[in-house]
Amino acid sequence: MNRPIRVLVAKPGLDGHDRGAKVVARALRDAGMEVIYTGLRQTPEQIAEAAIQEDVDCVALSVLSGAHNHLFPKIVNLLRDKGGDDILVVGGGVIPEEDIPGLKDAGIAAVFTPGTPTGIAIDFIKQNIKRA
Amino acid sequence: MSDKEKWESLIEKTLTKRPERKAEFINGSGITVKRLYDPEDTANIGYDENLSYPGMYPYTRGVQPTMYRGRLWTMRQYAGFATAEESNKRYKYLLNQGQTGLSVAFDLPTQIGYDSDHSLSEGEVGKVGVAIDSLKDMEILFDGIPLDKVSTSMTINSPASVLLAMYIAVAEKQGVTPDKLSGTIQNDILKEYIARGTYIFPTEESMRLITNIFEYCASNVPKWNTISISGYHIREAGSTAVQEVAFTLADGIAYVDAAIKAGLDIDEFAPRLSFFFNSHNDLLEEVAKFRAARKLWAKIMKERFGAKNPKSMMLRFHTQTGGSTLTAQQPDNNVVRVAVQTLAAVLGGTQSLHTNSRDEALALPSEDSVRIALRTQQIVAYESGVTETVDPLAGSYYVESLTTEIEKKAAEYIKKIDDLGGAAKAIERGFMQKEIQDSAYKYQKEIEKGERIVVGMNKFEIEESTPKGLLRVDPAVGEMQKQKLENLKAERDNKKVIDDLEALKKAASGDENLMPYIIEAVRSYATLGEICDVLRSVFGEYQQSVIL
Repeated sequence: MNRPIRVLVAKPGLDGHDRGAKVVARALRDAGMEVIYTGLRQTPEQIAEAAIQEDVDCVALSVLSGAHNHLFPKIVNLLRDKGGDDILVVGGGVIPEEDIPGLKDAGIAAVFTPGTPTGIAIDFIKQNIKRA
Repeated sequence: MSDKEKWESLIEKTLTKRPERKAEFINGSGITVKRLYDPEDTANIGYDENLSYPGMYPYTRGVQPTMYRGRLWTMRQYAGFATAEESNKRYKYLLNQGQTGLSVAFDLPTQIGYDSDHSLSEGEVGKVGVAIDSLKDMEILFDGIPLDKVSTSMTINSPASVLLAMYIAVAEKQGVTPDKLSGTIQNDILKEYIARGTYIFPTEESMRLITNIFEYCASNVPKWNTISISGYHIREAGSTAVQEVAFTLADGIAYVDAAIKAGLDIDEFAPRLSFFFNSHNDLLEEVAKFRAARKLWAKIMKERFGAKNPKSMMLRFHTQTGGSTLTAQQPDNNVVRVAVQTLAAVLGGTQSLHTNSRDEALALPSEDSVRIALRTQQIVAYESGVTETVDPLAGSYYVESLTTEIEKKAAEYIKKIDDLGGAAKAIERGFMQKEIQDSAYKYQKEIEKGERIVVGMNKFEIEESTPKGLLRVDPAVGEMQKQKLENLKAERDNKKVIDDLEALKKAASGDENLMPYIIEAVRSYATLGEICDVLRSVFGEYQQSVIL
């Protein structure tokens, strides 16, 4: 398949900090990916629905409010329910180290914390999306 | 040969031997910083019209004649998490440690007008601040804190009128009348649309709530700062220092316009307008920024709006050090960043200050970290000597040039926003959002290319172990709040609540001032969510324009 990688950058929950999400979205776009940004305050249902509708390869979640343990796994589960098991889900934000193993167990493929260069996220997505 | 010419020839020789570190030195606002500033750079800056004396128009040198020689700034740490009980303990701790004012952080459901039992509140209750559902929580939050003795700042915007109403009601129960209350509500919706995201209602209805508060407080709560027009979040979202000044003052102009349109007298409400800025690491640019903002606002109020009362022209501001400058890597280094930013705020003449804690790129701050942050302010206040004279950097060729330059560039932006039809229209078109995002992206690129060094992050890195002792909010808080709500709804006079909400709905559909209705509903223990739902049903909700 030659079509570019499609990514949904999403802000679940009530958190309004979207500087990081927007910077990442632009960096992914500059790296040749097609990027859809949801805007703020999306419910897990809305995000899973959009991911399926838009036929994306990856969902990139951003939460800085501390609600990640609640929101991230919920989105992974909803994607599975809707037949989106093959969609790569990654997350970022102010997320304590000790929460990361639990998030990975829940199906978040990678968690990018503050200070991560955008190139690392780009490479990770390129190498880990499930279609080749 | 003049001395300057001699120096220039020296430079030539030096440069052949040792070139400078960079071909050009450009600051964060895109201003080229010269090798040296000398009297020629300030020759055209007339002292009386551009600087004058502190406490005198255009207030470049400060809003008080004696500044910190008279009274130090208010040390005000933004705090709040989990339940009202937990936060009340933290406030008492901070007051015991020598803090001089309170600053309340609310959780996101509270900021967006949802009760803790709303489905959208799941996972967010008590996380970034304290959960307040009703007057009951507010009574606990301020238990044992005399509201006539302490000034309280509340970071609340869309539902500001409801939280202010609760504060007034708690004070009543303590026997404190509203005229004795001092403090601030943020109440700045425009920057929520631009950068912070906790909006509820559409622009026009939000502006009505804001002007209702201006009007109500002018006659009932005269010592209250009715708005804190905020550049802080604009800067955190990635703006430059110049954009921070420009967009904040453009928002300020929109509020003044709205209040005048609502029939208010400028010299009645304008003295209670306050501002809130960020303080970043470029020390001298920040100092110049604060001075430029004061001068520009004074001119706007006098020349554009014809204010007569000097207090209407004074830009009084709170500062918070820059959250986005903190690194998750080697977090102790953040203490030093915060110290530099504290100096900038103080040399810039701030009225109050929050210093961030070293661990804020990782989690909510722990008690130890908050204490160090407060001590940083105390060290600058009592040991550094910068408080002993007013505006000590005035007359610096560089600082004065930069002050003039920032003022000029910010005024150009304000002109552009005027041409777009003012701040509200510019926001609708995504103008400020786009400008900020471009700056944020440029900044990120500079870091990734190594053109901008962040110590410990893209240079001088070390292997680190997982940081210990981070504060965690108990996930049970959500359940506790739900239980409290259930109890409340069983205990209160529900008939009275329904009547009060009905009266509020009727008033909201007309054009009366809503404050008295909100206060009445709050007294009956109507919840924040119930009150905001009534307003949502009449006003509708804001639709974000997504700009990428």
